[in-house]
Amino acid sequence: MSKTTKFKHTNIAEFAKTAKYRKALANRHKKESVFQFIGFFAILLSICFLASLIVNISFKASGAFSATYVKMPIYLDKEIIKEDNPAYLENFAYRQLLIHNIDLYFSESNESRRAKLKILHFFSKDSYNDLKKYVINNPDKIGKNINIWLKTSSKIDQFYKKNTENILPLYKKILDNYFLNNNAIKKVISFSIFTNGDSTEAELAGIATSLTGSILTMIIFLLSSFPLGVLLALYLEEFAVKNKFADFIEININNLAAIPSIIFGLLGLSVFINLLHVPRSSALIGGLTLSLMVLPTIVIATRNSIKAIPSTIKHAALGLGASPMQVALHHTLPLALPGILTGTILAVSRALGETAPLIMIGMIAFIIDKPESFSDPTTVLPVQIYLWSNNPEIGFVEKTSATILLLLLFLVAFNSIAIWLRNKFSRKW
Amino acid sequence: MIYFLALILFSTASFLFTKKGFLQKKILNQNNLASTPNYYGYCSVIWFMIGAVLLIIALSKQNKLSIELFTLISLIFTVILNFSVQKYITFQFNARKHFEKSFLLILRVTSYISIAITFLIIISILVEAIRFFSEIPLSSFLFGTKWSPQSALEGSAGAGNFGAIPVFLGTLLITTIAIIIAVPFGIYSAIYLTEYASARFRAIAKPILEILAGVPTVVYGYFAAFTVAPFLRLVLAKLGISIEAESALAAGIVMGIMIIPFVLSLSDDVMNAVPESLKNASLGLGSTKSEMIKKVIIPAALPGIAGAILLAISRAIGETMIVTMAAGLNAKMSFNPLDSVTTATAQIVTLLIGDQEFDSNKTLAAFALGITLFVITLILNLIALIIVKKYREQYE
Repeated sequence: MSKTTKFKHTNIAEFAKTAKYRKALANRHKKESVFQFIGFFAILLSICFLASLIVNISFKASGAFSATYVKMPIYLDKEIIKEDNPAYLENFAYRQLLIHNIDLYFSESNESRRAKLKILHFFSKDSYNDLKKYVINNPDKIGKNINIWLKTSSKIDQFYKKNTENILPLYKKILDNYFLNNNAIKKVISFSIFTNGDSTEAELAGIATSLTGSILTMIIFLLSSFPLGVLLALYLEEFAVKNKFADFIEININNLAAIPSIIFGLLGLSVFINLLHVPRSSALIGGLTLSLMVLPTIVIATRNSIKAIPSTIKHAALGLGASPMQVALHHTLPLALPGILTGTILAVSRALGETAPLIMIGMIAFIIDKPESFSDPTTVLPVQIYLWSNNPEIGFVEKTSATILLLLLFLVAFNSIAIWLRNKFSRKW
Repeated sequence: MIYFLALILFSTASFLFTKKGFLQKKILNQNNLASTPNYYGYCSVIWFMIGAVLLIIALSKQNKLSIELFTLISLIFTVILNFSVQKYITFQFNARKHFEKSFLLILRVTSYISIAITFLIIISILVEAIRFFSEIPLSSFLFGTKWSPQSALEGSAGAGNFGAIPVFLGTLLITTIAIIIAVPFGIYSAIYLTEYASARFRAIAKPILEILAGVPTVVYGYFAAFTVAPFLRLVLAKLGISIEAESALAAGIVMGIMIIPFVLSLSDDVMNAVPESLKNASLGLGSTKSEMIKKVIIPAALPGIAGAILLAISRAIGETMIVTMAAGLNAKMSFNPLDSVTTATAQIVTLLIGDQEFDSNKTLAAFALGITLFVITLILNLIALIIVKKYREQYE
């Protein structure tokens, strides 16, 4: 009773009418709303961060789907292009033709040989292909003057997109004198980022290699981790005798789930590469390393969906004479499948974004050509982002952002599929 | 891949033929088969697989592994197998029992694989680390204060260049910043989501937070290095504070945000485990919701939350890409968040990119760092697991 002596009023109802009580109550309610607001604010901040990340990246990525072209008069000199049969035109060095025309058109190129080369780098290496296509399609134009749209190099492209103010004075002069004033420059929508491999030239760099590499890696990852994870979970849940050994496996799996991913990279490096001689930087080793890393996730998801199945179903099947194995394969697994698939999809989305272990096993190489098979050296999307982010050239910013956007799209897609599966197949037993 | 497809093709063929044969037997024997024809098919698949795996091993031993040879031998093997199955296996043979025993064996083997992975990790990293410690004494690695493995390459490969203290100090600094951000935000978010949020708000917020948890770390790293760091420099310059281009602060803040959903979901679980009766008793005595949360839920869930924080710390220590991209690489003995520091994970990445010669102390040092990381995270996880388990039993 010593506590109650704090109140002077023995009657609670009377006390509730006093101003002191009301003030205390109002204070408590104020505290309540402040507390609630802090919680709301915490969530809001996370959401704001995500929104700012996506807006920021999208804003930067928008430039990746366009390229800048300039209109250039070209004289197809017969002195240089000597023949007009297709085989000759196919192998002709169009760079020579462009250099020749730079001499003709730009007065600045007469200043020095260096200036001439600089002006050549005003154009992208793709512009030789633009020329080649034109000449092959119109052999009758050889010996005449033509006007053709040529792709510019990344520096010009970035300047025209207003991503940078830094530009060589020579280029600035050329842009002002020849292109900007007479409508000879335009932005063209281009999806070359999806068809080109990696390149040192920012305007040519693309994600064809890393996208293919990512897909191949995911195939290996799924083939190795899905059956293994599901069988392991099935054994632990349905057949394992509850003893010290089973407990040990259980603790083991929980621990594996929390080991830093980079450790799996070290494992892949020393076991797969140095012991088993799996080809370095290949999709094969990438997939295997990832599957070791994500196996616990799949096991835990599968076990949870198996646990959710009511035992009545299993007992009914047993009662009708099914063997334990038949119960597991004919009833438990099919019923748990939606849950297993949900877990696997989330595991794939995690594996798709994993970078550190793949850097460890050499997927950081600079690779131009698409991988043809599982043992070819390749790289993957997240590592491509890392590689490009180390490149100081401004032209890579939009490429990196576009790749990030693509990764985030994959992530959202996978998550949506998982949520849809969860809602469609969630059963109330 | 082609081998895989060949295996599937042949085993399907084998299955179909065996099944067909036993279907005929079934009709001949007036349904007196010991198992359904399917099981005979499964058995033949298992036998074929065993044969094929042995074949691949034998061929690769003799370096004669080519897809044409493999297909040819597989084809012959399948035909012989099917004929012998039809000929020697009578209808009394209980294929179901045979299949189930084999399948159980396969399941058993998978359970050993999980343990094998753990031992593989430990052994593989330990072997390299032991090679490192045979040259560099353990004490100078653990207590040395100078970390410059690059200079060790230039011939002065002394123990003096492999002092890991600055590296782990950097890890500690960045982890501390991340935890200071992640824990309050994570717990407050969890409280709001479980106790206050309407069902509609939760339906919107949950998937968004899940996406936040799933964003690849390389994206966070990019964001930290190219958006957060310049922004911080701008803001702090206005206040007259100079900050380095790569700072512990930028990496720590972004890492903290990355861990928020992780802390949130873990503390969500432990708060939901607090019995409803306790909450209702507190509310019944007239406390407001926030008082109930502060005086009942948090104290009751405290062990679980402590476990969650430990797991978050272990996660922050193991995070690689953010620190590699945004925290820098110079090992400094500094606990100033505005400085550029390095972490164990970032060092591992830097040491192992490029040359793959496994004999220099430089590359072996990465494994020494790796084993240290492994031990630290393992201890943290075990403590967290024990705490959470104890706490669960308390309310069950």
